[in-house]
Amino acid sequence: MHVDRYERYWMWAASGMLALFLGAIVLTAVSGSAHPPSHVETVNPDTLSAAGEFATPGVTVGPDGGVTVVMRAEFYVFRPEVIRVPAGTPVTFRITSPDVLHGFMIVGTNVNLTVAPGYVSEVTTTFARPGEYLVVCNEYCGLAHHLMQGKVIVEGAP
Amino acid sequence: MTPATRLVLSNLWVAITAFALGAMMAVMQAVSRTGVQVPFGSARMYYLSVTAHGVLEALVFTTFFIMAIGYLVAETTLGRVVGMAWAWAGFWAALVGTVITTLAILSGTSTVLYTFYPPLLAHPAFYVGATLLVVGSWVWCGVMIGSFRAWRKANPGAPVPLPMHGMMTTVIIWILATTGLAVEVLVLILPWSFGLVPRIDPIIARTYFWWFGHPLTYFWLLPAYVLWYTVIPRVAGGKLFSDALTRVVFVQFILFSTPVGLHHQFTDPGIASGWKLVHTFTTYAIMFPSLITAFTVIASLENAGRARGGTGLFGWIPRLPWRDPFFASVALSMVTFALGGFGGAINAAYAMNAMVHNTAWIQGHFHLTVGTAVALTFMGFTYWVLPRLTGRAIVWPRVAMVQPYLWFVGMQFFSIPNHIVGLMGMPRRVYTGEYQDVAAAQSWIPFTNLSAIGGVILFVSAMCYVGTILMTMLVSPRGEMAPIEYAEPMSPPEPGPSIWDRLGLWTAVAAVLILIVYGPPLYHLHTMARFPSLGFSPF
Repeated sequence: MHVDRYERYWMWAASGMLALFLGAIVLTAVSGSAHPPSHVETVNPDTLSAAGEFATPGVTVGPDGGVTVVMRAEFYVFRPEVIRVPAGTPVTFRITSPDVLHGFMIVGTNVNLTVAPGYVSEVTTTFARPGEYLVVCNEYCGLAHHLMQGKVIVEGAP
Repeated sequence: MTPATRLVLSNLWVAITAFALGAMMAVMQAVSRTGVQVPFGSARMYYLSVTAHGVLEALVFTTFFIMAIGYLVAETTLGRVVGMAWAWAGFWAALVGTVITTLAILSGTSTVLYTFYPPLLAHPAFYVGATLLVVGSWVWCGVMIGSFRAWRKANPGAPVPLPMHGMMTTVIIWILATTGLAVEVLVLILPWSFGLVPRIDPIIARTYFWWFGHPLTYFWLLPAYVLWYTVIPRVAGGKLFSDALTRVVFVQFILFSTPVGLHHQFTDPGIASGWKLVHTFTTYAIMFPSLITAFTVIASLENAGRARGGTGLFGWIPRLPWRDPFFASVALSMVTFALGGFGGAINAAYAMNAMVHNTAWIQGHFHLTVGTAVALTFMGFTYWVLPRLTGRAIVWPRVAMVQPYLWFVGMQFFSIPNHIVGLMGMPRRVYTGEYQDVAAAQSWIPFTNLSAIGGVILFVSAMCYVGTILMTMLVSPRGEMAPIEYAEPMSPPEPGPSIWDRLGLWTAVAAVLILIVYGPPLYHLHTMARFPSLGFSPF
């Protein structure tokens, strides 16, 4: 098969570029644990508010000082709507939905989750800077999708 | 007018009608976030029309237009379309399906957006109509394959005509892609929407959807590539740089377009991160043939520019026929697609995706890719093909000349602010971005206003296009028909059928790849303890 000299150069350049991109991705995945949120755990969406951790959503502090935020995203509200967490401490969000898909995005951070009925979405992050962060639903969930919002208040490290 | 021409034109009309209806809805969506009061402006109408816009543009306009290109290429490169009766049956099935789905959307009972993620539950007619549309496109696939095989039998050992090679890869990608969709709709959604099965698993449904949803984008793109490779060099007055490498590119799309869907599910629960990393690799692999396309097409254009007397490093560029609407459409499409491609590399990046997933960035991205690279190429193609099919010259040539540039400018105004505001955290698909005047949301407003201006420019461009085409068919007199001719390669194809012409073999390899990247995660999803969902219709 005839391949022109410049074509060959370009193909090497393209391969090099892709190797660079993928190398950067693998490097950050291995060294910095930069993974997408991929928690695998199921939960019954029909009985969320009856029993279990999702019946009493809220912020808890574990014995090791780690903070866990348990939440429900449901038609047009996040429960709880206002979350207070400390800065500089790992915070684990655990969220599920009793109805349709929702999104959970903390604006200004890379916390971005699809929330699905039947599954628990989980992500751990550390807020470096104190302040108020807007939380929005970024997966279309119905007529008041654009009204679904919450707030994360990050308080100065204790 | 030959029977195949009538078939091509009928498919084109449905495509252009769908495009016009979808464009009219889009302008209202583009301005809704500026706070300007528009007729029918309400959250209900916004989400309803987003659904209609997505279905009409992304599914109906593209599918019918691609079927038209396919029949045209088969007729002009193979000599005939085998199975005309089937082709018409497929056309009518797809058309009836489109009408049913559109009516279901307009009735307000199916506002599930074009991704129709369960457990959002639409009226069953929505899914039935969409199924008919896909079945119609399967008939098209069958007619294309039948025509191809008949030609091969009559021409043993001949290299496959390059435009047909590209259209056959399109057919194969569509079959591989719609297998996932068929499982989702026929096995999961239809029985559930008719109430035969009470529950559905949203993550499994999404996985089958994106098995379909990403190769869908290559189903849109490949016919545009076929035109870039095999028609545009000739329109520009030159030759195709490389026949052999073009075939390699098409085959690579067969292999890598399907096993990439999980990159749309990077934020999903229930799918382990390792499989998401595998799909990152395959997604990046598919950038390779696109990068070669950039080289080959630009090299062909340079050849054309030099043939027209251009000299020096860049002197060939102004010599190109920038006043020809088809050429301008494609050249502007390519510039736009380069921007869209780099954005796509960020969407597909394993960890960076979290910055942009489901933000306005995404709508900015796919309006550059499908909304420009594909749609603008198709619009430009209409200006080229209609006179050749009907003998009618384009009326208002000045409008046709300006229209692609208008689209290009409008799209930059629309998409660049969307990318920026997406990075700032504004979600996609929201009726308003106000969020009770939170400071972060306030900072989005200048950008949404800019993108609204882009939306209005795009609407003007779309109406210029539709008006010109409509008037051409209504008032332009019939005259001499120019022939439909494809670009010659600088070096002729290999004498015999090369390994890259063995499309059956490559389809089998692609099927194995799909099994490898989807088998284990789907097996795991199906076998773990699950709690599927009832349906909800919150609209």
